[in-house]
Amino acid sequence: MPATTKTNRQLFVNGLLNENPIFRLALSMCPAVGISTTVMNGILLGIAVLFVQVFSSCTISLIKNYIHPRIRIPTYTLTIATWVTVIDLVLAAYMPVAYKAMGIFVRLIVAFAIITMRLEVFACKNDLWPSFWDGMGMGFGFMFGMVVLGAIREILGMGTLLGYDILGFRPILFFVLPAAGFFTVGFMMAIFNYVETLYSRRRKENNIV
Amino acid sequence: MTRAFVHKTHSSAQVNHYLRIVIFFISLLLFCGCRTDHRFVKKAVFKDSHEIAITFAGPVDEAWAENMANFSVYEKPDPDILSDIRSVVLSPDRMTLTIHAKEPISQEISHKVVLKEIISGGVSQGTAYLTVKKLYIGHLFSILMGAMIIQNFVFSKYLGLCVFFGTSRKKSTAVGMGITFTIVIIAASLMSWFFYQFVLKPFRLDYLQLVVFIGLVSLTVQGVDTILRKVNPALFKAFGVYLVLVIANCIVIAVPLILADNEYNLWESLMLATGAGLGFLIALFLMSCVRERLEFANIPESYRGLPIAFIVAGLFALAFMGFSGMSLF
Repeated sequence: MPATTKTNRQLFVNGLLNENPIFRLALSMCPAVGISTTVMNGILLGIAVLFVQVFSSCTISLIKNYIHPRIRIPTYTLTIATWVTVIDLVLAAYMPVAYKAMGIFVRLIVAFAIITMRLEVFACKNDLWPSFWDGMGMGFGFMFGMVVLGAIREILGMGTLLGYDILGFRPILFFVLPAAGFFTVGFMMAIFNYVETLYSRRRKENNIV
Repeated sequence: MTRAFVHKTHSSAQVNHYLRIVIFFISLLLFCGCRTDHRFVKKAVFKDSHEIAITFAGPVDEAWAENMANFSVYEKPDPDILSDIRSVVLSPDRMTLTIHAKEPISQEISHKVVLKEIISGGVSQGTAYLTVKKLYIGHLFSILMGAMIIQNFVFSKYLGLCVFFGTSRKKSTAVGMGITFTIVIIAASLMSWFFYQFVLKPFRLDYLQLVVFIGLVSLTVQGVDTILRKVNPALFKAFGVYLVLVIANCIVIAVPLILADNEYNLWESLMLATGAGLGFLIALFLMSCVRERLEFANIPESYRGLPIAFIVAGLFALAFMGFSGMSLF
């Protein structure tokens, strides 16, 4: 694939919606199921992923000419591991409570398929700025997915949003259960699929008319 | 004919041999909770973080059980420091006595319990000095079962989902992936354990954990790949495709991190790694059985593929929640 021709804005929106890491690419599902119980968790892990994605994309796009193709995957992995270590230590030092809530998942960013995939598909073939915007799009797309899932589970399960009581009662307590993460992701994916089929059907009808 | 016969006897002798070892271990496990130092006391075990339960051979007198001066508990290494006892509770059938301590009791250290002049039916049974300890094999076994079933990495910790959904479509794929994964994770975690204990910790390089562990995992995968290709090409043909996928699995990096966080020793590490691998194999197998059937089911169109797989996994996770809180030893 040659260097991209898309504008920065298109790259950003692409990551946010068209290729949303959670709902569209179905990559890095572990945190989406595991710790999407509250919106806050989603935002914090989203920030961590955004940081790692943007910085690894920029690093790789800067040094892409010096990487031998045969050892490119280990290079990506080590780059990601370095940036994850940075964010891990920063979070542990400045946000100890939130860090504890997210548990092992911050360090597991290192194994998220989405980051390696963006480096392989995009950053190693493009310049600094497109890579930066692609990383931003993917990071925010991930955060968007996590926040949506967190909001659904928090409102339906606890009746709260970001810790503030907005409903005053607990509609479906089931969604607080850890296992409900699977159901929420499953339902969301089904809804996305349904909307997609509706749109394509309508487009077809319009074409016929 | 003769050769076949010889072969047969040989193999049956071998089976007998294995059977004997298995029976030995099972009996060891069974005896671990029952060993006491007094003829009237059948069992003395840790019950909760604060409790020690003692089972007697016969009913004891309530008046004796109510006198707190009859009981003392201390850690075996230092007999001078007695643990404070909050209360002693006798069960309705007067056979089981539960001692509640004020401070949490560390189950890793063996404890001594002294029961002065046990009185049963008005007759003194003598003073009992009991040792309460957790058997090490039991502890290891509970780590194994914990990682495998009770805290299953897929259904209770929600790790390794990408690969889990990717490879659980067919039974044969699932089993292949599970076996490859188990081998790689055992090798990788033991290597990471050695590296962490003997290089990173002595030189205070803890912050390099992630970089080193992910490097070791990739190295293990590459090593298994090379060895398998040279030693057993047939096996490589069957399992080689799954090797690349192992790196993308979070469990393979989560296990070394857990080992480092909890400061496990070699045997505990081996048990946790084996449990994680076998647990993943179990999860994959269960899931693939369901998904093979789903192929023929009449599912709403928008649920086909991944969404229904997620919901099935959710049902499994609910079922696995039933194991939570279970402790074996």
